[in-house]
Amino acid sequence: MSDFGLIFKITRTHLLSRKKQSAIAALGVTFGIGTFIIMMGFMTGLNGLLDGLILNRTPHVQIFNEIEPSEVQPIEMALPEQVHFVQSVKPVTNAAKIHNALPLMAELRRDKRVKGVTSQLSAKIFYAAGASDLNGVATGVNIEEEDRLYNISNYITSGDFQGIMKEKNTIILGAGIAKKLSLRIGDKIQLKNTMGAIFPMKIVALYQSGLAEVDNIQSFVNLGTAQRLMGVGNNYITNVNVKLNDVNQALDFSKEMTRRFNVNALDINTANAQFDTGTSIRNLITYAVSVTLLVVAGFGIYNILNMFIYEKMDDIAILKATGFAASDVSKIFISQAILIGFFGGLFGLIFGFVVSWLISQTPFDTEALPTVKTYPVNFNPGYYVFGMIFAMVSTFLAGYLPSRKAKKIDPVEIIRGK
Amino acid sequence: MSLLKTENINKYFRDPVLFHALKDVTFELQKGEFASIMGKSGCGKSTLLYILSTMDTDYEGKLYFNDELITNKSAEELAKLRNEHIGFVFQFHYLLPEFSVLENVMFPGLKLAKKSKEEVEFDAMEKLKLLGMESQALKGANKLSGGQKQRVAIARALINNPNIIMGDEPTGNLDSKNSDNVFNIFKELNQTEDLSLLVVTHDTEFAEKTDRIIEMGDGMII
Repeated sequence: MSDFGLIFKITRTHLLSRKKQSAIAALGVTFGIGTFIIMMGFMTGLNGLLDGLILNRTPHVQIFNEIEPSEVQPIEMALPEQVHFVQSVKPVTNAAKIHNALPLMAELRRDKRVKGVTSQLSAKIFYAAGASDLNGVATGVNIEEEDRLYNISNYITSGDFQGIMKEKNTIILGAGIAKKLSLRIGDKIQLKNTMGAIFPMKIVALYQSGLAEVDNIQSFVNLGTAQRLMGVGNNYITNVNVKLNDVNQALDFSKEMTRRFNVNALDINTANAQFDTGTSIRNLITYAVSVTLLVVAGFGIYNILNMFIYEKMDDIAILKATGFAASDVSKIFISQAILIGFFGGLFGLIFGFVVSWLISQTPFDTEALPTVKTYPVNFNPGYYVFGMIFAMVSTFLAGYLPSRKAKKIDPVEIIRGK
Repeated sequence: MSLLKTENINKYFRDPVLFHALKDVTFELQKGEFASIMGKSGCGKSTLLYILSTMDTDYEGKLYFNDELITNKSAEELAKLRNEHIGFVFQFHYLLPEFSVLENVMFPGLKLAKKSKEEVEFDAMEKLKLLGMESQALKGANKLSGGQKQRVAIARALINNPNIIMGDEPTGNLDSKNSDNVFNIFKELNQTEDLSLLVVTHDTEFAEKTDRIIEMGDGMII
């Protein structure tokens, strides 16, 4: 029988001969790891949901034309040497349009970093509601592309969103407006453009983003319809949205766009910096709580093994006397700790998975999140691997200190003391 | 031929006060010798035994085992030497209570790992038979009486067929009947297997039956 087999036999017998203590030590680890799994799964699930709420449907780079006064006035170009004062500079009209949008998009589509490009036209409109009009925005889109890149269908609560491509004068109406105006799918709504012209539209689907301020103003129409609403030509585009293959390139890409095409470009990180912060703080809290639990479990194991070594002084002395090396003795105690960690951790993973699964089956109905029916839970196997590794490492450390004590026990002192 | 030999062994205890426990002890034990060490409490006889046993390495002087200098060998090497060549019997049995009698006897043999588990088990049964304990082999070690436990401890000391058995008051906890019994076992092993024995004892009756009595007093061999 190998040394390992012999040591394992002693270890196993020791653990089994005091089942209660071993089970309590292992339970500490089980709850530590279980809680870690549950918290990580639940927290990151929620994080993913919240991030997805904003980030998944946010383009990685938005290209638009800010309405702002020109930085360089004509007189500066004509007389560069002179000092001149121009006061009350105002932006020129029609500046919302991106110049040469169609060639720009063609260029972007050729770029290898780009996953997809969509064009939008945001048309300011009014929803006719009896005597009063409601402010609104009808965004002209290519709905199939929007769905492919930004999963807009996740936010369609009812109706067929592709209807706006199939039929003319159709609209996907924001759920907030539909509620205010008591409208249902199939009903007609009248849109007024800023010039006062009236366009009757048929509602084919309802859109709910979960953000009330958006749902109360936002509607989607076909791009051509929006251009007709605005009375502009088919090259009139106010936003070009780019989705990249790698979101981390967004900042560089947006800078490059600004330089090359003389347009405003906004990257996703700048636009949504607060979400990153929120996510990392929530992760930090989760790790802190879980690590605390495991450290407490580790102290439990340390305590139990320490007590056990005092009980087993005689056994340690005779093992050393009969030829077991000090390292063999310390292996016995370390392997006890690791076994406790392994089984405690394994049950912790199972416990964590079962509770996570139960949470993921719990109904979670909220108006703000139309497509979410149950609590979001992240079952990322990485957390299970990390949890197991952490269980082993922390129990190893908890066993290491007592085992050093066992290693140092001088058999002569024990045996002479009797 | 000498099995154990010491040259000018000195031993000091520093706690609580400096105490010179062994003074220039030079001593030799021949192969096949059955010797007992006697002396008053505190005369240093147990201290000497533990130095000879290689468990206590905190001494000055030289210790030879089988004519090989073993002073200053690593703890690992000494553990191996004890495992293979020295058997111990103490006043207390030191059996591992969670394990069966047979397992207790087998452990040093398994640690030596020169034989397969089956062979070690066979040997252990042989040793138990020798001591009349074979019927108790599968019992838990904590289920035996005091005399039985001591016999199992002797079987454990014999499992690797050592050169010597060292005893520290091996009969100290036993009544005279069991005490005689242990002596007879030792005597028989000494005669039939040419095993050396070195036993620290207070028991004059026991000591007088051995081949040689080493009297100690005040840290010296008298």
